[in-house]
Amino acid sequence: MQLWLIPILPLAGFLINGLFGRRFSKAAVNAFAIGSVVLSFLWVVKTLAGLGSLPYTYTEHYFTWIQSGSLTVNFDFSVDRLTAVMLLVVTGVGSLIHIYSIGYMAHEGGYYRFFAFLNLFMFFMLTLVLAANYLVMFIGWEGVGLCSYLLISFYFDKKFATDAGNKAFIVTRIGDFGFSLGMFLIFRQFGSLSFTRVFAQVPGADVGMLTLIGILLMVGACGKSAQIPLYVWLPDAMAGPTPVSALIHAATMVTAGVYMTARSWVIYTHAPIAMDVIAYIGIATAFVAATIGLAQNDIKKVFAYSTISQLGYMFVGVGCGAFSAGIYHLMTHAFFKALLFLGSGAVIHSLAGEQDMRFMGGLRTKIPWTFWVMLCASLAISGFPLTAGYFSKDAILLAASQRAPWIYWVGTFTAGLTAFYVFRAFFMTFFGEYRGKEHHPHESPPVMIAPLVVLAALSLIGGYLFKVPDFLRGVFPAAEVPESGSLMAIASSAGLIGIALAYVMYVLKPGIPDSIAASARGLYTLVYNKYFVDEIYDAVIVQPVVEGSRVALWKGADAGLIDGIVNGIGARCKGIGGLLRLPQSGNARSYATWVAFGGVLVICGVLAVFLLLPTGGVR
Amino acid sequence: MMGHIPLSWFLMLSAVLFTLGVAGFIFRRNIITMFMSIELILNGVNLSFITFAYQRHQVAGQLMVFFVMVVAAAEAAVGLAIILTVFKNRGTLNIDDLNSMKD
Amino acid sequence: MDLILFLAFALIAVVAAINVVVQRHPISSAISLVGVMGSLAVLYLLLGAEFIAAAQVIVYAGAIMVLFVFVIMLLNAGGEARAGRSFVASLLGVPALVALLALLAFFTARLFPSDAEVHFGGFKGGTPEAIGRALFTTYLLPFEITSILVLIAIVGAVVLARKELE
Repeated sequence: MQLWLIPILPLAGFLINGLFGRRFSKAAVNAFAIGSVVLSFLWVVKTLAGLGSLPYTYTEHYFTWIQSGSLTVNFDFSVDRLTAVMLLVVTGVGSLIHIYSIGYMAHEGGYYRFFAFLNLFMFFMLTLVLAANYLVMFIGWEGVGLCSYLLISFYFDKKFATDAGNKAFIVTRIGDFGFSLGMFLIFRQFGSLSFTRVFAQVPGADVGMLTLIGILLMVGACGKSAQIPLYVWLPDAMAGPTPVSALIHAATMVTAGVYMTARSWVIYTHAPIAMDVIAYIGIATAFVAATIGLAQNDIKKVFAYSTISQLGYMFVGVGCGAFSAGIYHLMTHAFFKALLFLGSGAVIHSLAGEQDMRFMGGLRTKIPWTFWVMLCASLAISGFPLTAGYFSKDAILLAASQRAPWIYWVGTFTAGLTAFYVFRAFFMTFFGEYRGKEHHPHESPPVMIAPLVVLAALSLIGGYLFKVPDFLRGVFPAAEVPESGSLMAIASSAGLIGIALAYVMYVLKPGIPDSIAASARGLYTLVYNKYFVDEIYDAVIVQPVVEGSRVALWKGADAGLIDGIVNGIGARCKGIGGLLRLPQSGNARSYATWVAFGGVLVICGVLAVFLLLPTGGVR
Repeated sequence: MMGHIPLSWFLMLSAVLFTLGVAGFIFRRNIITMFMSIELILNGVNLSFITFAYQRHQVAGQLMVFFVMVVAAAEAAVGLAIILTVFKNRGTLNIDDLNSMKD
Repeated sequence: MDLILFLAFALIAVVAAINVVVQRHPISSAISLVGVMGSLAVLYLLLGAEFIAAAQVIVYAGAIMVLFVFVIMLLNAGGEARAGRSFVASLLGVPALVALLALLAFFTARLFPSDAEVHFGGFKGGTPEAIGRALFTTYLLPFEITSILVLIAIVGAVVLARKELE
């Protein structure tokens, strides 16, 4: 089946564009970059068609990578139904975003570099998804982190961009550390890192150890998928170009944590405490992020917090045992979140770089195509009945209600908040008077609009089209989901109430938001400043480490101790040398005196030996 | 018997001559005088060699003295030639002034 | 008789040696040194070293000391200056020498039983015949080497003391 072609094609695109792209024309760069990803997508389709209904996992073994002691790690790719879903999402949505980027990045510098990095990212993401063991997945995991860093800092001459890249990399590194520890424990407990081998041994294993492994893997997922407490990098990552935000920070990389958790479902179902932790973190993140999103004015930041919040939903799904619901939401979220980002990218493109929604408004007549696709996406994310988001969100909430009703109620309230802030952004952007400075907002070129239309269609009908829970029925254990009509109705109405409220506050009576903000000034400031989490982290963690490094390690240990020792040796040698040169006076008589003195000492020594010698000695 | 001399007296004399030679070397500043003190040292050592030859009734000790004398002669020749050269170059015979080996 | 001889010439030797060290002008030191060597020759005779005694007078007193006197005459250096500039020599010198003498004396006294005595004629092995025999059989190698040494010394002295060629 040649599974290896799937990631290798984007890698080839990266190498060609990376090495030679500087000399290519734009058309050539496009051809290699988009061509490789589209070809990869087609190959995925062909492979899946060839594999049929995938009742079992299909594995291809390439080579033995590590053989050391009792550790054997093979470089294998495997495909089962879960992998199939992920592959289609990654390559499909990835292709659309690549096509969109042709238009968006047309006037930017470093064109070939952008596409090279994007292709590299696809390579790593596909490796992550296709991996048959934790270590190969970790290669992809780290690689997508690297590409995220490279792409966030794409405008490397801007300090806020490079700072954001650093922050993303460092914070996800903390998560990766947890992931590594989890892998160490897995190896120690099960003697292997391969999925099949590990999962076969889980049922009889020690629950405490499984819980620990589950929590450590969760730490990794928190880092990569931006959950509490490691979510702080995602809003800053909006410093990268919008297609990057769409692809990496909405559709694919951030979902790696969800995928990994779903893949390790065997471990989690046997460690209920770890699953509960996941669900709690998920719902907390969903709620907190939604509240922050309420007060943001930058359109991309709104969607960034929305992403964090929706990822929280996915984890709720996974944590409540509804793995397929979580993956379902992953797919639908990829559709509508990518669309939201790309659409906001189109808006920003039309307004020549304006991102602050306070300077937008009334754009629905000026950029109608963008207006309609954004409407589709906003309806989908709000869970408007019969859109894709409706099905997936409901699946999660129903599973949550089965597990712990309070999660259901918080989740429903958060759904209302989601609808509210998304439509707040929508109304502020497209309705009302145009408050901006750009005189002629113009529609984006067709190369950008076409992918948006495809995504809009998927957002609306994707739920029907791809019935993921049914597809994944054989992969995960069945979750008891009651088809409760009343719960579904409550969840949907929460969304509708949110939309209506936003309409009232932002279209009918635009003065309300400001008066609310004025009356609840403290609360508003708190939420607007993201609960000062970044500042808290900086004060509690970052500053002490930096100060400690500077004072203790740099000045104390390095300059003081090590340099002191090295320089001190030199200084001591110099000192001793200075002492030793004093006798070298050039005066022959003093030399002779020393000789005589030395001779006396030697004779004394000999005398002492003679006297102390028990036998013979001096007669 | 009245005419006999204890052997240790010879060695004592040798020690005295040796010490006087060293003292002369340390405390005198004229190079030639220092040289003569060295000769004094050598003579002291010669005396003790001969004494030991007497004690052991072997002629080897006296042969040592023979060689010492030869070497002393060679040394005196070369050394005085050096002193002449030094005097020609530096104009002084004061050893304290010849300190260019100073560090 | 031997005792009187020994005492007399030992006394002369010591006094002359002290004179060598103490005199201001080098020529006085040189004359005193000749005196030392002469008295030492007598003491060698007492110890039965006839050849060496003769060699002492001929080589040491007759050649080396004459060389010294010639050089002193050539250089015409006057008496020694007063001031000295070596702290080490003045500080450590006297104690070191006193200690040296004491140690040597101690060794001498302890090492030799007091009944070993010397009298003239006690050792008859110092004849020229005995020395020649030992020199040309057992000690032939050192003999040859010292002859080379003397050659080197001659060449060295000539090279060092000649006038610079223009």
